[in-house]
Amino acid sequence: MDRRTFLKTGVALAAVGTVASPYVARAQGTGTIKIGLMAPLTGVVAAGGREMVDGFQMYMDEKGGMMGGRKVEVIVEDDGANPDMALQKARRLVEQSGVNMLIGNLLANTGLAVANYVKGNGMPYFIPIIAADELTQRNRIKNVVRVAGYTGSQFPRPLADWCLKQGYKKAATISQDYTFGQEQCGGFCQTFTEGGGSIAGQFWHPLNTSDFSPYLGQLANLGVDVIFAMETGADATRFMQQYANFGLKGQIPLVGAMNMTDQSVIRTMGPEAEGVIVAAHFAEGSPAPVTKSFVEAHMKKYNKYPSLYGFSMYSGAMWLDEAAKTINGNVEDRDAFLAAVSKTQLTGSPLGQTVKLDDYGNPIYDVHIRKVVKNADGKLWNAPIANYPNVSQFWTYNPTTYMEQPPYSRTFQGIKKS
Amino acid sequence: MSEIGIPRLGLAAILFGALAFAIVPLFVPTYQVSILTEVLIYAVLAMSVDILAGYAGRTPLCLGAIFGVSTYVTVYWTSTMAGSPYVGMMLGICAATLVAMVFALLAIRTTGVYFILLTLALGMIIWGICLRWTSVTGGENGLRGNVRPVELAAHLPFYYVVFAAVVVITFAMWRFVRSPFGLTLRGIRDSDSRMRSLGYNVSLHMFIAFTVAGIFAGVAGALYAMFNDFVSPSTVALTQSVEGLLMAITGGAGTLFGSFIGALAIIGLENAVSLYTERWQTVMGVAFILIMIFAPEGILGGIRTLLARKRG
Repeated sequence: MDRRTFLKTGVALAAVGTVASPYVARAQGTGTIKIGLMAPLTGVVAAGGREMVDGFQMYMDEKGGMMGGRKVEVIVEDDGANPDMALQKARRLVEQSGVNMLIGNLLANTGLAVANYVKGNGMPYFIPIIAADELTQRNRIKNVVRVAGYTGSQFPRPLADWCLKQGYKKAATISQDYTFGQEQCGGFCQTFTEGGGSIAGQFWHPLNTSDFSPYLGQLANLGVDVIFAMETGADATRFMQQYANFGLKGQIPLVGAMNMTDQSVIRTMGPEAEGVIVAAHFAEGSPAPVTKSFVEAHMKKYNKYPSLYGFSMYSGAMWLDEAAKTINGNVEDRDAFLAAVSKTQLTGSPLGQTVKLDDYGNPIYDVHIRKVVKNADGKLWNAPIANYPNVSQFWTYNPTTYMEQPPYSRTFQGIKKS
Repeated sequence: MSEIGIPRLGLAAILFGALAFAIVPLFVPTYQVSILTEVLIYAVLAMSVDILAGYAGRTPLCLGAIFGVSTYVTVYWTSTMAGSPYVGMMLGICAATLVAMVFALLAIRTTGVYFILLTLALGMIIWGICLRWTSVTGGENGLRGNVRPVELAAHLPFYYVVFAAVVVITFAMWRFVRSPFGLTLRGIRDSDSRMRSLGYNVSLHMFIAFTVAGIFAGVAGALYAMFNDFVSPSTVALTQSVEGLLMAITGGAGTLFGSFIGALAIIGLENAVSLYTERWQTVMGVAFILIMIFAPEGILGGIRTLLARKRG
């Protein structure tokens, strides 16, 4: 780390430190809205957690620290990427700091733990990053709303449809072996096979796999038209590098989950990531004017393109602000606030489209099929190449009949037998 | 020395400590009550570690995993099987006992660093199973339970139930380490070859000690299930075992009651420091180093040495 980045990090830490200590801005009268923001600032996904806080803070800074006409105090807590700690921090925010709402968490297990806690006390809890299907499907909790987030299986479905349109008939999947990966693969496999495609093989590897060669060797010999990969963090970097090293790049098209080509991953990568295609609601390389100005503002403030984490928390903050405005900032009335959040149609988000929630508290998006390309500044980013309007978490299914099928797992991938 | 074998000062300190734990929750906000509940539960885990580390001279790194087995079984019973929480807790403790017996059979032959490594590996197996056996354990996502009965939903009544349980458990453990059996364990700690030549069955003693430690860890795990209503692999992870060990050592290995001081110090510090800095883990690390330098016998051990020096 050179001196400049060190100073910047130092300043950023100091800034968060100020926010993190609840005693600093405690006694500001009754006029303050208190928001408990939980993010993993230590542990394996600390980089993503930092960008979550930055994204939220960016919106608050733009609005002069106001939400719905009231001053906002953001109390940041580190969940340590650990569900036990997330629970403890949630308790502290609710019972000691007396927050009006909770937002955040990155890993599904931390979100599920906190969701179970707020189920008992009715505290509004917003999850722009947690993608676990069941939180807005079978095991829905009324006061848990996925503002500006998405479910695991939501975006791979349009991607599968797009693959079929390219004439791909036979696919294989490789994924990290945990629920988030199983849900994404499930969404892809179900739509792909129901549209007439077939799945030649599925590979599950543990998180933090350093050597993909056993999997890549098998993938290469399946004779498939396309490979769907679901990787996050360092696994994504390693997978795409080894995919290129193995000579598969250019041989078999690689598509994947949006996490794989998120800015947090491709920022540090070279040509091996170019050309990878994923589906997502957000594409930082989109020509839409609002997206452009958001990306430029983020670049100016943090000297990097926004990642999924920063973007989602920014939009999440905007969503809460819009909802709070419609009830004159009276967020203490939880029922009214939650109803306002559900009704809010987000028009000003960096997506450049109106976003609204479905009846289960999950947003409906226009989904981009996006491709990693080098931009005019020589940096990698995701540029949209096709568009699917109004994609909900239920794709084309009827929600009730859809939820009768079991949740996605290693053993149930929704594959249609032909 | 009084008849029951503790100095009068010690007895006064224990009574004062118990009284503090009984009264303080009435005057602090609910969040602190939940922290105190956690302190009590972890103190039981730390005491069970202390039985092995402090009294039998074998440092275990798997009791956190045994604790977690009990939590998993309890949560599984109440959520997936929709059973009664009390039956679930009983089953959890039984499961922990069984696991402890199996681990004991494997581990008692070893001592020193080999015991540490073997118990570490055994604990990691549990963690691996909980992480990968997704259909039962929920994998990375864990299980959301329904353990806490409605009448104990509030923090204060739940605290006093845990408090009562912990008083009974602590008394039982204290009797255990003070018994002739406990004295034999201390003999084994100091020299197992001498104990063997004196005719003691060292393996059997170690087996029983390990199993008993496992039972108590299981009780703590069942209480934890009721406390958190949630379990995930982080509950059986190595950090859990290490945390228990750190509490026992910080409080003072071989003092039993030191575990309460250790649990209070670590959980309290964790909470207080993380309020002010996200670098709280660094602060904790520095605190441990300082304790190891200035009070290698732990806080309670250090106090005892100080008192002894004054008298002498």
